[in-house]
Amino acid sequence: MTGEKLRTILATDCGSTTTKAILIELTDEGYRLKTRGEAPTTVEAPFEDVTKGVLNAIMEVEELSGLKILDGDQIIHPMKDDKTGVDVYVSTSSAGGGLQMMVAGVVKAMTGESAERAALGAGSIVMDVLASNDGRLPHQKIERIRQLRPDMILLSGGIDGGTVSHVVELAEILAAANPKPRLGQNYKLPVIYAGNIKAQDSIAKTLGEITDLDMIENIRPVLEYENLGPARDKIHDLFMEHVMAQAPGYKKLMTWTDAPIMPTPGAVGSLIEMVAKKENISVVGVDIGGATTDIFSVFQGQFNRTVSANLGMSYSVCNVLAEATLENVLRWVPIDIDEGTLTNRIGNKMIRPTTVPQSLEELIIEQAIAREALRLSFIQHKSFAVSLKGVQQERTISDAFDQSGSGETLVDMMDLDLLVGSGGVLSHAPRREQAMRMLIDAFVPEGITQLAVDSIFMMPQLGVMANIENEDMAESAREAAVEVFEKDCLIRLGTCIAPVGKPKPGSVILTAEFEIPGEAKKVVELRTGEIIVIPAPYQAIRAKLTPAKSMAIGKDKGESHETDIYGGTVGLIFDGRGRPFELSTEKSKRIENLNKWSKSTNEYPDAARGGA
Amino acid sequence: MAHSYTPGLKVLHESKVRKERILPLKGEVIVKADARVTPDDIVARTHLPGSVQMLNVGNLLNIDPTDVEAVMQKPIGSPFSKGELIAETKGIFGLFKSSVMSPVDCTLESISSITGQVVLRAAPIPVEIDAYINGAVAEIYPEEGVAIETEAAYIQGIFGIGGESRGELVVVTETREDELTADLIKPEHAGKVLVGGSFISLAAYKKALSLKVAGVVVGGFNYYDLEDILGYTLGVAITGSEDLITSLVLTEGFGEIRMGSRTFDLLKQHHGKFTSINGATQIRAGVIRPEIVIPLKPEDIKGDIHAIQINEGIQPGSLVRVIRAPYFGRIGTVVSLPSELQKMESETMVRVAEINIDDEVMVIPRANLEMVETD
Repeated sequence: MTGEKLRTILATDCGSTTTKAILIELTDEGYRLKTRGEAPTTVEAPFEDVTKGVLNAIMEVEELSGLKILDGDQIIHPMKDDKTGVDVYVSTSSAGGGLQMMVAGVVKAMTGESAERAALGAGSIVMDVLASNDGRLPHQKIERIRQLRPDMILLSGGIDGGTVSHVVELAEILAAANPKPRLGQNYKLPVIYAGNIKAQDSIAKTLGEITDLDMIENIRPVLEYENLGPARDKIHDLFMEHVMAQAPGYKKLMTWTDAPIMPTPGAVGSLIEMVAKKENISVVGVDIGGATTDIFSVFQGQFNRTVSANLGMSYSVCNVLAEATLENVLRWVPIDIDEGTLTNRIGNKMIRPTTVPQSLEELIIEQAIAREALRLSFIQHKSFAVSLKGVQQERTISDAFDQSGSGETLVDMMDLDLLVGSGGVLSHAPRREQAMRMLIDAFVPEGITQLAVDSIFMMPQLGVMANIENEDMAESAREAAVEVFEKDCLIRLGTCIAPVGKPKPGSVILTAEFEIPGEAKKVVELRTGEIIVIPAPYQAIRAKLTPAKSMAIGKDKGESHETDIYGGTVGLIFDGRGRPFELSTEKSKRIENLNKWSKSTNEYPDAARGGA
Repeated sequence: MAHSYTPGLKVLHESKVRKERILPLKGEVIVKADARVTPDDIVARTHLPGSVQMLNVGNLLNIDPTDVEAVMQKPIGSPFSKGELIAETKGIFGLFKSSVMSPVDCTLESISSITGQVVLRAAPIPVEIDAYINGAVAEIYPEEGVAIETEAAYIQGIFGIGGESRGELVVVTETREDELTADLIKPEHAGKVLVGGSFISLAAYKKALSLKVAGVVVGGFNYYDLEDILGYTLGVAITGSEDLITSLVLTEGFGEIRMGSRTFDLLKQHHGKFTSINGATQIRAGVIRPEIVIPLKPEDIKGDIHAIQINEGIQPGSLVRVIRAPYFGRIGTVVSLPSELQKMESETMVRVAEINIDDEVMVIPRANLEMVETD
C-alpha cells in the first residue's frame, strides 16, 4: 500500500509578512512533520515576486532536511529518489491583503447574510454588505462601492421564482458605480451572481458588458435552505484566475503547485470543518494576528467563519483598547498602572508593531489586551453564527412560550468539544499555562472542553493539502493533513472542566474522581471561585464528575457524568469560578482573585504577584 | 512611497529625495521634463467621474417600469440642469400630469425598464496635483504624473496626522528636552513649520491650529489626546486624510520623549529654510512614515549625496534606539549580537543585542531596537 501513498508533501503559506514552508514525510508512525522553514514574503518592492520568498523558505527546508527539492528555481516533483524532490507541492496565500470582497443581497438579514457567510467561508474579508434595506440611499451605496474597490463582488437576492426587481436594482447600483478592481487596471471586475434564477437575463443585461459576470446556483433557493458550496467554489476559482494572477509572481507560483492556491483563512476553515466532521465534534478555532482575529466554528455540523478586521495585537491594538475600553483591559491586570502612561505604551506598540514584551509587566498587559480582543471577536462570531433567518416555523402553543426561533446563535459552549488557539500571543506565550488562561478567560468554556494551541500555525498548509482534488493524491493528502494536525500541529493543553451556575461562596461545586494511568486514584473537590490544575498527560482518563445540585457540567443540573477526559501540557483544569463568569467589581477583591488564579495555574513567575 | 517594513527611521543631512506625484486616474501632465518647480506648482490634472444620483421615475410617476423610457423628456446622454423637467406623464386629456425634475446639473446615463430607475451623473470633478517640494521634474509618466527630485535634508518621523504641508522651518525650543508650550507659539508663526523638543500638549497644539501654523514637529504627543483632534479614537495607524491646517509629525512616539539629538540638531541647522512636511502614516504591510523634506540650495550641497535606500540591518557599532518599555526612547550603540536565544524577564525567548547606553551595557530584544540611520 505504501508504494501508492504520497511519500513527501511540501506546502507553503505566503502571508503578508512571512512565507512559511513545511515538509511532511511518510514515516513508520504515519505522516509526520519533518521540518519547516521561513523567509520574508517578497510581494512588495523591491522584489515584487512572491516566488523569491517561497524559494528562500524552501531552501531553508532543504538545508534542514537534507532533501534536494530545488533544481535552480524549479521545485522537483514528483520525487525522483529518496533524496531528491517531493511528491506534491501546494500553497495558500494571504499576501497583498488577502481576498477582499463586497457582497450584496436583497434583505440584509437573509440573502445578505447568506452571501456574507459564503464569502467569509471562502476565506475573504467582507468589506461591506449592500442590501436593499440597509438604510442607505442609492447614491450613498454607489459612493461606498467606488471607495472600497473590492477584488470581486458576490451579488445575491431573492429566492428562486421570487421578485426580480429588487435584485436588478442592486445590479443597477453596481453598474452605476462601475467599480474598478483593486489590483490591475486592465481587467474587468469579477462579479458572481448567485440570486433568483428568474433574474439572470436581466442581470446579464445590466452587468454583462461592464463586469466579468459569472452565473451560479442561487445561494438561497428557498428561505429554509442555504446553498453556499457553489458560491464558495466559484470564489476560489476567481481568486486564482483574477486576484492571484494580478499579484506579482503568482502566475509563476500557480504553475508550480499541484492544486489551486487557496486563500489562507479558507484553507484553515476547511481543515477545521474536516476535523469536526471526522471526529463528529463541535470545534471553535481562533487565529489572533497583528491586525485581525479570525474565528471558525462548527456546531451542529454547520461551519461558520468571522473576521474581526480591526481586532489584533499590534497594527490594530489601539482599536481593541477603543472597543473594549481601558477599564475592561485593566480588569485583567493585577498591578497598579497610570492610565495615561498605559495608553501611550499601547499607542507605541501600534506604531512599532514588531516589538516584543521584555518585562513581565509588558507581558501581563499584552495578555490582558489579548483576552479582550478574543472576547470581542467571539461576541461578533456568536452573533453571526446563527440559524437561518426568515424561516417560517410551525409552532404549537407550548413553543410560543419558548423564545427560541430563527436567527438563534448556533454557538453552544456546553456543546463545545475542542477549542484551538493560534496566533503569536497564544502560540508563543512563554508558558502554556498563559495560553490556557487566555483561552478560558476570553471564551469562557462550559462543562467539559479540550483546549489546544497550534504550535507553529501550520493549519493553512494542512488545509490546502486536505483540499487537493486530483484523485491520485486526494485521499493520501487528506490522511496526511489529519495525521499531522493531530500529532504535530496541535499542542494539547488539557481539558477545562467548568460547572455552570451561580455557586454559593465557599461551597463544593464539583467532585471529580479519576485515575491517571500509573497513579493512585484521585478525588478533587472544587470550591467556588477556585481554579485547580492537576498535571496529567494527553491520554484518556476515565473520570466521574459530580456537580453540586445547583450546578451543571452537562445538560442538567446536579447530573453526574462518567466520561473520558484528556490531560496535556498543562493538565486537567477545574474552573470553579461559575458561569456566567464575572470578575469582582471591587478592586482589592479583583486583584486578590487574579493573583490567586495566577498562582494556582502557575501562570506567571512569582515576581508578578509581589513574590507571593 | 511605501517600502517593505524595516525598522529604522532616516535622519539624513544630504540625500537625493524623489517624490512621485501620481493622479488617481489617467489625465494630463502639465509640466515638462527637467522643469524647476516650487511646491505650489500644479504638475498634473484630471477629472474624476461625477457623483451619481438614481431616481426611480417609475415609482415617482406611479407608472410601469417599461413605460419610463416613453415619458423621458430627452434621450440617454442628454444634459439636464438642476430643476429641469426630466420626465412627465401625459395625464388625462392633458390634465393631472405628474412630473419629475432633475435634482442636480447632470447627464442622463441610463434608464431601466425592469426597475424604473434612471441614473443621472453630475459633472466631472477636477483634481489637481501639486509639486509638494522644491525641485526638478526628473521623470514624466505620460497621462499619470511625474517624479520630482531634489537634494534635501530628509527626516522620517514615527507617526503623524494631517497631510502635506509646507512653510518656513522655525525651531522654537532651546533644547531637544524642552516641551513646545503654548506660550512659545505666536501669531507670526502662521504658515510656518515649528520644531519643538520632547512634547506638545493638546492645548498647545490647539493654539497652533488656531494660529494657522502649517506644521509641528516634536518628540511626542499623548495618544489619548488624538481623539480630541480627530473626533474619533484612532484604532489603526492609518492617517493623512485628516483635514487639519497644522500637520503634526512625531519623531519618537506617544508620551513625552526627548527628540533624538541628531534629528534636533539637523532641524536646528536648517532653521529658517523652506520645508515640506507630510504627516501621512500607514503602519501595515507597505509602511509609510511621516516625513520632513528640507530642499538644499546649491551652496549648501557638499556633494556626498546618498540616495535613500533600505538599511542593511543592525550591526555592532550601529546607533540604535530602544522602542519599547522598560528602556523606551534610550539611544545606544550595539556592542554585540549574541546568536543564542535568551530568556527575558517576561520569560520570552528572543534574539537579543547588547547595547551600550550611557556607559552601561544592557541586554535588549533585537525586535525592540530601531536603527537610527544617519549619514
